[in-house]
Amino acid sequence: MKKLKGIAASDGIATAKAYMLVQPDLSFETTSIEDPEAEIARLDAAVAASKLELEGIKKKASENLGEEEAQVFEAHLTILSDPELFGQINAKITGEKVNAEAALKDVTDMFIGMFEAMEDNPYMQERASDIRDVTKRVMAHLLGVKIPNPALIDQEVVIIAHDLTPSDTAQLDRRFVKGFITDIGGRTSHSAIMSRTLEIPAIVGSGSATADIEDGQTIIIDGINGEAIIEPTEEQITEYQAKAAEFAALKAEWDLLKEAQTLTLDGKEFILGANIGTPKDVVGANDNGAEAVGLFRSEFLYMDASELPTEEEQFAAYKEAIEGMEGKQVVVRTMDIGGDKDLPYLPLPAEENPFLGFRAVRISLERQDIFRTQLRALLRASVYGRLAVMFPMIATVQEFKDAKAVFEEEKAKLVAEGIAVSDDIEVGMMMEVPAAAMIADKLAKYADFFSIGTNDLIQYTMAADRGNERVSYLYQPYNPSILRLVKNIIDASHAEGKWTGMCGEMAGDQLAVPLLVGLGLDEFSMSATSILKTRSLMKRLDTKKMEELAQKAVNDCETAEEVLALVEEYTK
Amino acid sequence: MEKKDFHVVAETGIHARPATLLVQTASRFSSDITLTFNDKSVNLKSIMGVMSLGVGQNSDVTITVEGDDEAEAMAAIVETMDKEGLAG
Repeated sequence: MKKLKGIAASDGIATAKAYMLVQPDLSFETTSIEDPEAEIARLDAAVAASKLELEGIKKKASENLGEEEAQVFEAHLTILSDPELFGQINAKITGEKVNAEAALKDVTDMFIGMFEAMEDNPYMQERASDIRDVTKRVMAHLLGVKIPNPALIDQEVVIIAHDLTPSDTAQLDRRFVKGFITDIGGRTSHSAIMSRTLEIPAIVGSGSATADIEDGQTIIIDGINGEAIIEPTEEQITEYQAKAAEFAALKAEWDLLKEAQTLTLDGKEFILGANIGTPKDVVGANDNGAEAVGLFRSEFLYMDASELPTEEEQFAAYKEAIEGMEGKQVVVRTMDIGGDKDLPYLPLPAEENPFLGFRAVRISLERQDIFRTQLRALLRASVYGRLAVMFPMIATVQEFKDAKAVFEEEKAKLVAEGIAVSDDIEVGMMMEVPAAAMIADKLAKYADFFSIGTNDLIQYTMAADRGNERVSYLYQPYNPSILRLVKNIIDASHAEGKWTGMCGEMAGDQLAVPLLVGLGLDEFSMSATSILKTRSLMKRLDTKKMEELAQKAVNDCETAEEVLALVEEYTK
Repeated sequence: MEKKDFHVVAETGIHARPATLLVQTASRFSSDITLTFNDKSVNLKSIMGVMSLGVGQNSDVTITVEGDDEAEAMAAIVETMDKEGLAG
C-alpha cells in the first residue's frame, strides 16, 4: 500500500486496475548480423504481429468510437503492407548486414523526412505521423516491449499518464475509463477539463504517478481530495466503497436541484451560469441546470482553424449555442487571442511580455476587419435567443467606447441592409485589468454589465505570471487585495443599476462562494459540473451573515489565510 | 500489357482515402502495376510510392498493368477511379 497526492481535478471516487498510458523505451543499438534471412524473418514476424494487433484495434475502434477514428488504423495497415517500404528495409538488411531495428529506423526516417518536407501539404505531413506510429509499433514488437493500445481497453481502468492529449482521450472508450491520474498539469489542463466533462474522478500534477504505479495494480482514486492509494488493503477498499456511496448520495441530492432556482437560505436569488468553449457544450450546461452561459469563449473558432473563420462559420456556431440555451442568456466574449494563444495564420511578432502585450481587444481595435466580421456574425445570431457580448482586456474608458462604437456601426449597417437584429443585446466587458477595476464607477456608465475574469485579474494585480511555478504562491484569490477590487467592481455596477458576473475559476470555488454572495455578485459562471454543487451550497447560506463575513474579510483581514479562517467560522 | 491514361479531377488529387483505396485495389492482383506521373513511375501497390508523387488536381497520370490478371486488374482500377470520383 502506497499513497500518492496531487491536484484534485474532478470529483468522485473509483477503484479499478491501473492502465499505464506511457510510451515505452524504444532505443536500440545498431549491430551487424550474420544471417540476413533470419533477420528478415524476425522483421516479418514483428510486422505480422503488428498487423494482427491493428486489425483488432481497428475493429474495436469502429465499434466503440466510430468509423472516423477507425480510419487512422486502416491507414496504418496499408503502410504495413507497403511493398516499397519493406522492399527497401529488406534490401538494407541484406546489403548492409544490419539488424532489423536499424534498417527499419533508417528507411522510415527517410520517408518521414520526405513527407514532413512537403510543407504546403498538411495532409502529407499528417502521413508522416502515421509512419512514425506504425514504426513504433513494429519496433516495439522487434524489441519485445509492450506499447499501450488504449483503444483495446475492455475492462474498467484508471488511466495513468505523464499527460493526456486530446488525441489520447479520443481513443478511450468512455464506458471503461473510471479515472485519470497524471504526472503534470493543473485544474485547467486538458486532462482535468476532460475528466469533468466525463464526470469521472481525476488527479493531475501528481509528479510521479507513472513512476510509482505499475500496470495492472489496483488503484483507489479519490478525486475529491486529490489522493490515490496504490494496492489498497481490504479495509481501505471497504472504507472507500462507503465514501463512494456517500458521494453518490450527495450527487443524487444535487441532481434534484437541476430544475430549481438558485436561492439562498433567506430566499435571495442568484444566477448560476456555465462557461463553455464550443456550441456542443450547451448540452452539458443544460444537463447540469445552468441558468445562463456566463462565458462563451469564442477562441475555439480561431484556434481549431487553418484560416480566419468566416462570418458564416461564426454565425452558425453562435446560433447553435444561443438556440440551444432556449432563451437563457448567452454571454459571448469576443476574440481573446494573443498572450499564450497564438494563431499560425495570424502571425503576431514575438513579444517579451505577451500577457502585457498585443492581445484580445487590443488586437480587435487595430484589426477591425477581424473584429467586424465577428460582430456581424454575433448580431445576426442575436435573433435566435438572448445574446450578450463582452470585450476582453478593457483597460480604459476609451477602449470600451471605441469597441462599443464599432459594435453600433455594424448593428446600424445590418439594420440598413434589412437584416433582423435583436434590440436588447447587452454589451459589457471583462474585468481583468486592475486599472479598469479601479475606475469601475466610470466604466459602469457605459457598459451594461461586468464579468470578472479572476485568473487574469489575480495575475495582473499580484504581478505574478500564473504559469510560473516559483511564484504560484501569489495566486491568492482570497487575498483582501483581490476581494477589495471585486467589491469595488460589484458596488460600482450596482450604483448605475447594472450587474456583475464572474467567469473565472473562483466563481465555482466552494470557499469563495460565501464571500461572493456576501459581496453581492449577481451571476456566477463556472464549469457546468460545478453548478449543482454550488446551488446546493447556496441553499445553506444566509445573505445577511455572508454580508457580515464579506465586510470583515475586506476591512479587517490582513492575509488570505485570515480570510479563509473567517469563511470557515461563518459557514460551519 | 494494359495501359490507360487518367485525368485526375478529384479536388485533393490522389491523396487521403482515395489513395488508400487505389493501393488496396491494386494489391488484390498479382500483376505488376505502375503509376506514372511527370515521367516518374511508382508501384501502385505502395502507399508511400503513390503519395510521394504528390498527384494534384488536373494532373494526367498513366497506369500500366502487366501480368496474368492484367485485364481484371485494370477493370478494377477503373472502377475504383470512377466510384471515388478520382478521374474522368
